[in-house]
Amino acid sequence: MTTSISRYNTAPLPMRVRVLRSFATPGGAIYLLLAALLIALILYNPGLAAPDQLMRFIGRTAPVAIVAAGQYFVIVSGELDLSMAAVIAAQVVLAGNLIGQNAARILPVVLLMIGLGAAVGLVNGVITTLLKVPSFIATLGTSLAISGLTFYATGGAPSGNPVNSFRAIGRDGFENVPILGFLPYSVVVLMALVVLAAWLMRKPFGRTLIAAGDNPVATSLSGASVWWLRTRAFILSSLASTVAAVLLVGYAGVSPVVGDGYDFAAITAVVLGGVALSGGRGWLMSAVAAAFALEVLFSLLSFVGVASTWRPAVQGAIILVALGAPLIRWRRRAFSASPGIPVASPAPSPGEEVSA
Amino acid sequence: MRASTALGSAPRIFSSTTTIVYLVFFVVLLLSTVIAASAGRSFFTQGNISVLLTSTTVLGFVSIGQTLVILVGSLDLSVPFLVSIASVLSAGVMAGQSANMASGIATALITTTLIGLVNGLLVGFVKINGFIATLSVGLIVSGYLFSNYRGSTGKAAPALASLGEASIGFVPVMTIIMFLCLVATVALLAKTRVGLHIYAVGGDPAVARMSGIHNAVPIIVTHSLSGLFAGIAGLVIVARLGVGSPGVGEQGGYDLLSIAAVVLGGAVLAGGRGSLWGSLGGILIFATLDSVMGIMQLNPYLKDVVRGLIIIMAVAVYARSSIPRTTFRFPVASEGRRASVSTARGEL
Repeated sequence: MTTSISRYNTAPLPMRVRVLRSFATPGGAIYLLLAALLIALILYNPGLAAPDQLMRFIGRTAPVAIVAAGQYFVIVSGELDLSMAAVIAAQVVLAGNLIGQNAARILPVVLLMIGLGAAVGLVNGVITTLLKVPSFIATLGTSLAISGLTFYATGGAPSGNPVNSFRAIGRDGFENVPILGFLPYSVVVLMALVVLAAWLMRKPFGRTLIAAGDNPVATSLSGASVWWLRTRAFILSSLASTVAAVLLVGYAGVSPVVGDGYDFAAITAVVLGGVALSGGRGWLMSAVAAAFALEVLFSLLSFVGVASTWRPAVQGAIILVALGAPLIRWRRRAFSASPGIPVASPAPSPGEEVSA
Repeated sequence: MRASTALGSAPRIFSSTTTIVYLVFFVVLLLSTVIAASAGRSFFTQGNISVLLTSTTVLGFVSIGQTLVILVGSLDLSVPFLVSIASVLSAGVMAGQSANMASGIATALITTTLIGLVNGLLVGFVKINGFIATLSVGLIVSGYLFSNYRGSTGKAAPALASLGEASIGFVPVMTIIMFLCLVATVALLAKTRVGLHIYAVGGDPAVARMSGIHNAVPIIVTHSLSGLFAGIAGLVIVARLGVGSPGVGEQGGYDLLSIAAVVLGGAVLAGGRGSLWGSLGGILIFATLDSVMGIMQLNPYLKDVVRGLIIIMAVAVYARSSIPRTTFRFPVASEGRRASVSTARGEL
């Protein structure tokens, strides 16, 4: 008893032990997976070991990481946002057609996009929380409406070409940076957003957001406004889609299908990062790391010769394995009399409880 | 006293839900007639009724399966991909030959039923949440579809195509088949053991388990049937279009539309409460709206906008109205079981 640390010991464990233990949780193991995948990718493609090539790679994957961070806020609060693809497409089309070849319009249009993104998030949040529509129906419904409008506006074909100085945000970067060589603007944007998001999760907002996802009734009884917490999570998610759209204009061009697949990619990343789909458990940084791991995996697969059309299938399989495997193992360890196990939360013991 | 009101009112509440659905349908129908008339067009032309019934058919087949899955407390988001895979497989095997019709139909239906079975095993045994499990399976199927098929493929057997065009009076034969399937499924729910278990597991899995029900069985049966019906919907599409297409299910948006039709029909998304007749009413409402938008020659993309808004509004209205209704399930502890048994009975 003296050597083993009790699960219910209230004294904080040494940092070293906590870090090591965290690698045994899904949220920590993703870093090991990311490292392994990166090494494998570099073995396949040694050129990627050069810092500037690695930076370019991170820059290309920044939009996925950003939407994963946005989706994290919604999922950890106990909801789901399936409108990201539609929001990205709408924002890209908006940017393409309103900015045009006039660089002076960049700032007002970006402000408009941010306002629109916040508005979509607000609508999603209010429909989900106040009108009590399940979030996946609410966000699928808004995404049907938004993408209908986007296709109506464009006629379904790519249209509009924003000025190059706007596209540079997603495409270019700082040259001649010491050590790195090249630092894409998108990496800077990603870093800034990740720091901001991590800071938010440490603030009372982030703490109560996790609480709201874990137990909305208790959170509400303790005085927090659960509907407003969740609505803000939806707003953050739509804003993340907006930023991803600004970056995507850079190298993907203006098309109403440019956002396709981003919501499922984000959900896959969040699940792979060990965040409980039922909310209330999981790390932000693990979700972001999982987004990178996914992108590295897809680059690896394309090196091996797997067609990119298999991407959704790989994502579906990852979700099933990530959710199914811990459930099976957990039930073997401790038989539960309750047949209605909630969504894929293998209930870590209190000692391993993850908190962002 | 409270329990007796619950006992007395449970069947009435249920029947009034379905009544409201059909009342809403007639209001929508009336409004559609007025809107069509105001534009100088007639809603009740034979052609338009046929179009309306045909669009009811595909969504109808999908929604029968979706109703079962929702009743058991799960969801099926793989249906659009199952519709697509049934269309490409059957059209591919048939290749325009009537001799291949049976094998084409069998290939498609066995495949989709097996995929439904996989959904059921993931939800029933592995206990992954139904929404995310079927979504993942759907993504896997879509990966297969878009890796192996580009554009439309195969050709319907002439016999199947003529069945798709055949009609008795102004009612297409396919619609009659859909209606017969619906009646058969109503009988399955009301008369068979597994049908009763579907309501029990959907109503409260813990209570069902403690009553000696193997919860996985109704879950697996409903998901398999949902796969089967989605496959039949794919065959109906092949019969109508003459070819299979890997994107036809997604374009139809059958996942969201079928869920919306079921919810509009008075089913509770959490499971255990709802009826196929209600779902049929929900489907008719959507088909009428689609048809009036077609008559008014609304831009097809704007149709999606209207659909999205209607789905959200419908679910919101229903979610609001159903909130107080759930409370009578939890009366005083000793009376609780009797009240919830009567609820389950009342729904059949």
